[in-house]
Amino acid sequence: MDFTRRAALMTSAAIAANVVDPFRAFAQQAPRKGGVFVVHYGAEQRQLNPSLQASTGVYIIGGKIQEALVDLDAAGNPVGVLATSWEATPDGKTITFKLRQGVTWHDGKPFTSADVQFTAMEMWKKILNYGSTLQLFLTAVDTPDPHTAIFRYERPMPLNLLLRALPDLGYISPRHLYEGKGDIRQNPVNLAPVGTGPFKFVSYERGQHVIAERHDGYWRGPANLDRIVWRVITDRAAAAAQMEAGQLHYSPFSGLTISDMARLGKDPRFVVSTKGNEGNARTNTLEFNFRRKELADIKVRQALAHAINVPFFIENFLGDFAKIGTGPIPSVSTDFYPGANTPQYPYDKAKAIKLLDEAGLRPGAGGTRLTLRLLPAPWGEDISLWSTFIQQSLGEVGVRVEIVRNDGGGFLKSVYADHAFDLATGWHQYRNDPAVSTTVWYRSGQPVGAPWTNQWGVADATLDKIIDDAATEVDAAKRKALYGDFVKRANGELMIWMPIEQIFVTVITAKARNHSNTPRWGSTSWHDLWLAE
Amino acid sequence: MHILRLAGRRLAASIPTLILILVGVFLLLQLAPGDTVDAMMAQMGGGDARTAEDLRRFYGLDLSVTAQLGNYLWRLIRFDLGFSAIYGKPVAQVIAERLPATILLMTASLSFAFFFGIVFGVIAARGVNRWPDTLISTLGLIFYATPSFWFGLMAIVVFSIYLQWLPAGGLSDITQVKEGIWLVLDTARHLVLPTLTLGLIFLAIYLRIMRASMLEVLTLDFVRTARAKGLDETRVVVRHVLRNALLPMVTLIGLQAGTMLGGSVVVESVFSLPGLGRLAYESVVQRDLNTLLGIIFVSALLVIAVNFVVDLVYARLDPRIKTEG
Repeated sequence: MDFTRRAALMTSAAIAANVVDPFRAFAQQAPRKGGVFVVHYGAEQRQLNPSLQASTGVYIIGGKIQEALVDLDAAGNPVGVLATSWEATPDGKTITFKLRQGVTWHDGKPFTSADVQFTAMEMWKKILNYGSTLQLFLTAVDTPDPHTAIFRYERPMPLNLLLRALPDLGYISPRHLYEGKGDIRQNPVNLAPVGTGPFKFVSYERGQHVIAERHDGYWRGPANLDRIVWRVITDRAAAAAQMEAGQLHYSPFSGLTISDMARLGKDPRFVVSTKGNEGNARTNTLEFNFRRKELADIKVRQALAHAINVPFFIENFLGDFAKIGTGPIPSVSTDFYPGANTPQYPYDKAKAIKLLDEAGLRPGAGGTRLTLRLLPAPWGEDISLWSTFIQQSLGEVGVRVEIVRNDGGGFLKSVYADHAFDLATGWHQYRNDPAVSTTVWYRSGQPVGAPWTNQWGVADATLDKIIDDAATEVDAAKRKALYGDFVKRANGELMIWMPIEQIFVTVITAKARNHSNTPRWGSTSWHDLWLAE
Repeated sequence: MHILRLAGRRLAASIPTLILILVGVFLLLQLAPGDTVDAMMAQMGGGDARTAEDLRRFYGLDLSVTAQLGNYLWRLIRFDLGFSAIYGKPVAQVIAERLPATILLMTASLSFAFFFGIVFGVIAARGVNRWPDTLISTLGLIFYATPSFWFGLMAIVVFSIYLQWLPAGGLSDITQVKEGIWLVLDTARHLVLPTLTLGLIFLAIYLRIMRASMLEVLTLDFVRTARAKGLDETRVVVRHVLRNALLPMVTLIGLQAGTMLGGSVVVESVFSLPGLGRLAYESVVQRDLNTLLGIIFVSALLVIAVNFVVDLVYARLDPRIKTEG
């Protein structure tokens, strides 16, 4: 505990020291051509095509080779990549994209609206995680000419939802390499992707490395780097050592341990920062199983929240890498954040004890009022620390907590399929629009076993209606207001508590230029990235 | 011909054991909560119900456990190890890709440990209870008691970060293209630290065994006879004592071949090497049954083979033992 606190304090100092230097504009400096950029790849995925799998582990590689219709600019607004402009009809059922001309795939074939049509109908709608939900009411993609794609929806699709979802869920794949080539999931191209991006795939040695090299025919002009090499390193401490030995240039998405990130932050050879990850926000959760009758009582849920000192935890364990969360929509989401003026549960031990008394949970033998099983997700050390902190905090008010640890598959099965938990804690990933992966945590009627959805054994009709209305509201202002109501209701009912907000941390060599300049930089194409001498 | 017949008989005798092991592991993994789709969802960090349902059908997980086991054994009879869920290719190919690194690392560290184990064991036994013995035995204990991940990380800190003599991990330098002798030298450089880290633990065991076995053999009658007939000390040790003292070492190598082929998760992870240990670990976490069973199957076969070779070596070292046994 002592060590963690010291590490966290060092972090604060480190980030403060680094803020001045790393993000100065280097635009006046002429980019150096050449160089090999070596990236830490912590968790190998089963394939590399981002049209088929939405996760940072795929974007970190596939996002350099394939491109999406739109991306987010430095301010977080949608900006065209393979699309140049877009337009929606007032009823929200037809959205037209104009596509970039003169773009070719790495194998020389031209990129056209037929690729968009095929990817949307066969990949996004049928296979892509979250894509299949987002595009559930997509009925057809019309292609009147090679540079126009018209998306037709059965129900209104808010344009701002689609544009905020597409940077992650809008990668395009080459139709000519997939159509009529059998099962899309087993297509060998998935492990040797072909795209329109600034880097083309060279080789993939499983368990060792992936290599891509500059594509000279890139539509924006050739990239600065010669090659990118992703090295598979599963051990976090080993990755930190390799950063120090100069064998790695970049460890994305909080790939190192908290103490190593803090330590490297003090080293002038590295930049350690959350900048460039604003589009990958997440909140730490406390999930309640309403099938336990004690937890179905809102007073008990409120008492548990009031018993935990969140600011203390953040200050001592996570340092500058986290801040207090105010609900399911994190503060970095400027389009939807409703402010902190929603029901909150600040630390108040006396109130927690009073609420438990009111709920009829009197201390029994040994002062124990209630015993609960807590299942922490194995995704990161912050969750492990947080679960121990919950255990100790709740012990103070007479709630005994037994921690049951599982690996990833076991955790998801126990919580979301078997419902064998009382409390669970993990991450809720926010994907720039609440309709993508946030509201499913609250909307009732989710199929049993669907991870990260409402499996709490509770349905709230009011919340369901707000969620459904917001998902098809085409007026941006009204939509924002609806999501404000959503957060108020969600926090008031305390179906899930989301008291901590985090952004991934980047560790990168100080020689890198033009890095971390967009909210989802680790996932983007790096066409302008370069390495100084 | 005689040896071949013997090998065939050994293999046939181990088939029931093999089947028991495979069925046991299959059933054990059924007890672990979650399947490969849950693990995949966990790895993707997000997924919806429609995707999950579709994937379960795709991986054949909608079948009953008995049907899955039956399918697996039927495929195995036809020497088909199946398809790996995480790697998207045949298991045999996945294992073949990982074998070279494992065998390279293990042969290197075992040879290192075996050779220096003999040398230090003999030195310690010759100077028993005097300073060389105390020094060697103490060092051996330290090596044995140190966790290999700590040893590995400290070696990286000293030799890679501080002194910058050796690379911190990987099998070769992939930022440059190397060929021929340069590739061999580069790989050798990359293998120094992992070999030492893994070898030091084996070394500790070997030198203890060698020392004990030397001390025992030195007291036997034929040693006295050898000395009595006027042989000098070096000849006594090398020709008479060493040869007999080697028997327990050979047994040990046979036993450790199993551990060795299973790979070392810790050393492979710390030095980011693509070996079988990490592959097995990932298969468990990802609930990739086919790959895990495939690794167990191949390792079991290799252990049987190594033990067979050990028996042959026995016969060479000690003519009293016949391979017919």
